[in-house]
Amino acid sequence: MYEVIAFYIFSILTVGMFGIVVMSKNALYAMSALAGGMIFISGFFFILDAEFLGVVQIVVYSGAIMALYAFGMMFFDTTRDVSEKMRSKKIAYTLSIISAVLIVAILCMPLVSESIEASYPAMENVGNIQMVGLILFTKYLVPFELAAIMLLVAMISGIVLASKKMDEHLAIEEDECEMLKEGK
Amino acid sequence: MITLTHYLILTGLLFAIGLVGVMRRTNLLMLFFSTEILLNAVNIGFVAVSKYYGDFTGQMFAFFIIAVAASEVAVGLGLLILWYKRNGSVDLNSLQMMKG
Repeated sequence: MYEVIAFYIFSILTVGMFGIVVMSKNALYAMSALAGGMIFISGFFFILDAEFLGVVQIVVYSGAIMALYAFGMMFFDTTRDVSEKMRSKKIAYTLSIISAVLIVAILCMPLVSESIEASYPAMENVGNIQMVGLILFTKYLVPFELAAIMLLVAMISGIVLASKKMDEHLAIEEDECEMLKEGK
Repeated sequence: MITLTHYLILTGLLFAIGLVGVMRRTNLLMLFFSTEILLNAVNIGFVAVSKYYGDFTGQMFAFFIIAVAASEVAVGLGLLILWYKRNGSVDLNSLQMMKG
């Protein structure tokens, strides 16, 4: 019973939050709503007995990714409303049709996968976090290491992209200021 | 009782919201937000399938999706900041310089 109530509450809240993200004109509101939606999604993970993923969702998404967006938004002018011109309608219609077909395919998936068999069935007396560790460090060890390398590469590239040009940019700005002064 | 279909419908709904965002937005930062919505919607679907079929592969996949999303944001925001410094705008229309 509690599961049903929790599911509907979290669904409504998540859809509402993400609706705000998509519709809001203010970038700051959109970011806050996205952070809220991420927290509510971790609620689904807890309902589905995936505690580890729920915690990872809160820590990584709401913690790390949202903090990164917040830092990124300091570089942009966020107080101004986002002005957007609509692109051609033809692209939007084509993409809508493709996405509608995609959603029908997603919802039909249980029908075609009736005979699916669990390759890693849940063991008895083993908690979720223990089970995740068992599978992650046996079968998925190589993807795990690759993910670690990918995160390292992403971190280095993020630092290089965001910070290396910072001095250059400031230098260029000073040069431009001097040139403007000399010009006048 | 909540069944797998409930979760799949929710996943489809959230995915549709994300797609609307991708189609409607022309601000690149907002496009990033919509991409996060898409990834999160798929994550819910994976975990729901993992629970109702008693298989842990779905949770593993969701775990790696989170890792990919984290690195995507790190690289994407770096590029976005660079573009903003050069162009003063993160609008998608400012990227159209290869018009034939």
